Amino acid sequence: MHPTDFTLRGAIEALNEGLVTSVELTEAHLRAIEALNPRLNAFTTVTAEQALAQAKASDARRKEGIAGPLEGVPLAIKDLFCTAGVRTTAGSRILGNFIPPYESTVTANLLRDGAVFLGKVNLDEFAMGSSNTTSAFGPVENPWSRANDPDTRLVPGGSSGGSAAAVAARLALGATATDTGGSIRQPAAFCGIAGIKPTYGRCSRYGIVAFASSLDQAGPVARTVEDCAILLRSMAGFDPKDSTSAEVPVPDFAAACARGVKGLRIGVPKEYRLDGMPAEIEALWQQGLDWLRAEGAETVEISLPHTKYALPTYYIVAPAEASSNLARYDGVRFGLRVAEKGSDLKDLYERTRAAGFGAEVRRRIMIGTYVLSAGYYDAYYLKAQKVRALIKRDFDEAFGKVDAIVTPATPSAAFGMDEKQDDPVTMYLNDVFTVPANLAGLPGLAVPAGLDAQGLPLGLQVLGRAFDEETVFAVGTAIEKAAGFDALPRLRAGAV
Amino acid sequence: MSLDTATIRRIASLARIRLEEEEVGRMQAELNGILGWIEQLQSVDTEGVEPMAGGGAVSLRMREDVVTDGGIPEQVLANAPDREGEYFGVPKVVE
Amino acid sequence: MTYTLEGRTGPWEIVVGLEVHAQVTSNAKLFSGAATEFGAAPNSQVSLVDAGFPGMLPVINRECVAQAVRTGLGLKAQVNLWSRFDRKNYFYADLPQGYQISQYAHPIIGTGAIEIELGDGTVKTIGITRLHLEQDAGKSLHDQHPTKSFIDLNRSGVALMEIVSEPDMRSPEEAGAYLSKLRQILRYLGTCDGNMDEGSMRADVNVSVRKPGEGYRTRCEVKNVNSIRFVMQAVEAEARRQIEVWEEGGTVEQETRLFDTGRGVTRSMRSKEDAHDYRYFPDPDLPPLVIEQSWVDQLKASLPELPDERRARYVAMGLTPYDAHVLTLEKETAAYFETVAKGRDAKVAANWVTGDLFAAINRLKTSIAAPPVPAEHLGQLLDLLADKTLSGTLAKTVFEAMIETGKSPGAIVQERGLRQVTDTGAIDRMVAQVLEANADKVAEYKAGKEKLFGFFVGQVMKAMQGKGNPALVNEAVKRALG
Repeated sequence: MHPTDFTLRGAIEALNEGLVTSVELTEAHLRAIEALNPRLNAFTTVTAEQALAQAKASDARRKEGIAGPLEGVPLAIKDLFCTAGVRTTAGSRILGNFIPPYESTVTANLLRDGAVFLGKVNLDEFAMGSSNTTSAFGPVENPWSRANDPDTRLVPGGSSGGSAAAVAARLALGATATDTGGSIRQPAAFCGIAGIKPTYGRCSRYGIVAFASSLDQAGPVARTVEDCAILLRSMAGFDPKDSTSAEVPVPDFAAACARGVKGLRIGVPKEYRLDGMPAEIEALWQQGLDWLRAEGAETVEISLPHTKYALPTYYIVAPAEASSNLARYDGVRFGLRVAEKGSDLKDLYERTRAAGFGAEVRRRIMIGTYVLSAGYYDAYYLKAQKVRALIKRDFDEAFGKVDAIVTPATPSAAFGMDEKQDDPVTMYLNDVFTVPANLAGLPGLAVPAGLDAQGLPLGLQVLGRAFDEETVFAVGTAIEKAAGFDALPRLRAGAV
Repeated sequence: MSLDTATIRRIASLARIRLEEEEVGRMQAELNGILGWIEQLQSVDTEGVEPMAGGGAVSLRMREDVVTDGGIPEQVLANAPDREGEYFGVPKVVE
Repeated sequence: MTYTLEGRTGPWEIVVGLEVHAQVTSNAKLFSGAATEFGAAPNSQVSLVDAGFPGMLPVINRECVAQAVRTGLGLKAQVNLWSRFDRKNYFYADLPQGYQISQYAHPIIGTGAIEIELGDGTVKTIGITRLHLEQDAGKSLHDQHPTKSFIDLNRSGVALMEIVSEPDMRSPEEAGAYLSKLRQILRYLGTCDGNMDEGSMRADVNVSVRKPGEGYRTRCEVKNVNSIRFVMQAVEAEARRQIEVWEEGGTVEQETRLFDTGRGVTRSMRSKEDAHDYRYFPDPDLPPLVIEQSWVDQLKASLPELPDERRARYVAMGLTPYDAHVLTLEKETAAYFETVAKGRDAKVAANWVTGDLFAAINRLKTSIAAPPVPAEHLGQLLDLLADKTLSGTLAKTVFEAMIETGKSPGAIVQERGLRQVTDTGAIDRMVAQVLEANADKVAEYKAGKEKLFGFFVGQVMKAMQGKGNPALVNEAVKRALG
């Protein structure tokens, strides 16, 4: 078996049994990156030397009988997580050659548990996008392609497109990602892997470049639901450095995967049945519900009446917070500075920010600035906060009746790099199924469940109560098992 | 609500993003497209609804009044585009 | 009597409100663990939170919240158990995050009041609108380089209380009295050191003028005035400017101005290109600040005595209102006085502190914080007076010696043999000697020149090198002259 074909769980077992070393695993992944990254552009920075040093140290620890839960496992880190001494870009020009002197809490937790970091993976600039085409470091390519149209390059989804593509193409056993409106679940679905956005407050935001603070959550992507559960257990946990971090214990998520769904009530929101949704997505959804019923779950139609307002609400709240969060990129303390001879401070700011931010980021900062500005705050921002409260109330009521909710993860399969680029709103519609969970702060998992007629992966989404990721993992695992999803992307380690 | 070009320029100035003359029209069209789409929120009845600001916790956790940080001027200044000795440098500001 | 300024068109009233920024006394900053000490090397008291680095997050300091609550209690103000932090968005070189974290919509402290006492003895109540917590910005230095400004972020993130008054003041004197009273209260509470030289307290002064009987006219804000004297000057200067504008037929524009202390005038700050649009919104990094009533009660129970209460207590102890006022102006003075007066006659203690001690402080150009004699020593001196070891005259001699040597009064009395003579036998013998040596004067006295009595007493005291107990000497002379 090729070392890049392990699941994360399988790699841990092989390491434990001495069938493979961390150095061997790491070298195999670095070779795969070398071979495929020029095409996929999933990594922005490969830290080969550091990875090998970490792997050696890990093997040494293991010899000493010390092994953390992720001892020796090579991972990819979304380039939104600050990593001490390693360039962190957020996919933007404006951070220039920023080298943080600090480690994000999530990546520090992974290192604590023995993980090896292969490098930093690409993303939409400041995590703003659904196609990974807004990165200043170029687009990421989806390792999957259409059966009847193999030459059209597809997007991996976004914003965690590099994370999802790297894991799908077997350039890493798992990756960190973040999700503000669907940025974990949508790329996971597009790339045929699993990914979970946990409950808001489950993972510390300390050291993660902020996009929209009240929505941002870190989570893992991996090739199986259980792998996500293993990674999340290491990533999560209370952090006194983040005032929004939840002081709750971290359960053994992997153990919950095997719980089964017998007796669970699964909600099926009628508002998610969109006009014009491809029939195969509707069919896959029904298939998923059938699988769950076959496993002893009961499905219940529920109503989430404010669903259709989630996207416009999101596109007020997220840009408003972003416009403020991104004010610190001003060319004074770090990152890019652009000035003309004789520029005053304002001119320096304006040139730096015009040159440093890409078009989508500039657009969102403009929207955010506008909706907060005098005279418009009540009509936009305050209104959005109220609708957000209603969306949360919808979920509260639904979770009074059901234990989990199952929906499609995305309204379509992965699309071509040149598609949906003309009109921002068309692109925003990608997140229609994922955004509500961010607004309500709830956990959401994407699990690969089938292929469309073109052979592209499609995912289902499982939503749960706040801090009840365990039920989400149980339901996700049941779908994963029943689906028996074993299709592989054309571009992957060992296949080229 | 439709934004005119003067508003586009004012917002760009507030956001400190330089807009070239030829960019104003496209930005105006895009923003108006997005705002037009967002407009549907106005039809939601939010009478008596408390606005929801944040994600999780209901109250701030407080830390103790102990000096645990600082004393790292080299780290603070290391990434500066214009470092002037122990300071950050910017074009002279006239008050 | 309402204070007015005379213009060409008649008298004008002044309306003044103050926004005072007071630095909270704390070890660490409001949202980071960096130190707050004054005068450190540039950028040495900066955490990456204060410098606005990517992914850095604020965590609130409990003591800063406690200090705000204490101050609110000291201002007899409403304490809000639920408050919230907002972001005030604007770009400036010394504002690293591009926003200031402040409490705009829901401050921690609501309405309160301060009583000020004016020169003519009248007492006036000035309303407090609110007090909120916010973070300070860094500092820009404009004089270090010909074409650049330098940024030092040491102050960035230091906790400030912004204390906003109602527009209740009507004269420069009232504005000055308000600011000194506020400073006094904060210093008593220990919530702000009140050090205006180091920028621990700055005032934004809102001034407008009006004809008697009118409503409010447009006000201007004079920013960042850093002494009580300058506040009073700025009020008058700005009021005179506005009167002139109105009387010239012009209109006062609402704007931000600076007080030029050198020329004693206010001038417009270079007009900002953008009208202010701070785009306040709740800081999504910070859940609401919710505090328990029981904690507030606990803080209230441990509140130190405030100047007004202390003054009333001193008057009840028998001090004159004037002495009580003087002794409570600075909390260090009151503490000194209390040490001296403890277990002793409060009036005598007050006389010594406000008399000889203050005179010595003035003469030596020192302060009550570094007193010329320790309070314990002054207390011991009072004991020596009370038990008649020392006469009043001797006590003053000993007091001077205490200043010179730093020794205790007991030691000085011992060393120099300054003990008062109360041995009546010794006094009688000295009286006899003096009367014998001045037989002619004794004859004159007996012939009716009674004012010579003082002469005899003086001679006896002189012969005894001032050590005779004055009362006993008096009695002895009276007895000897029969």
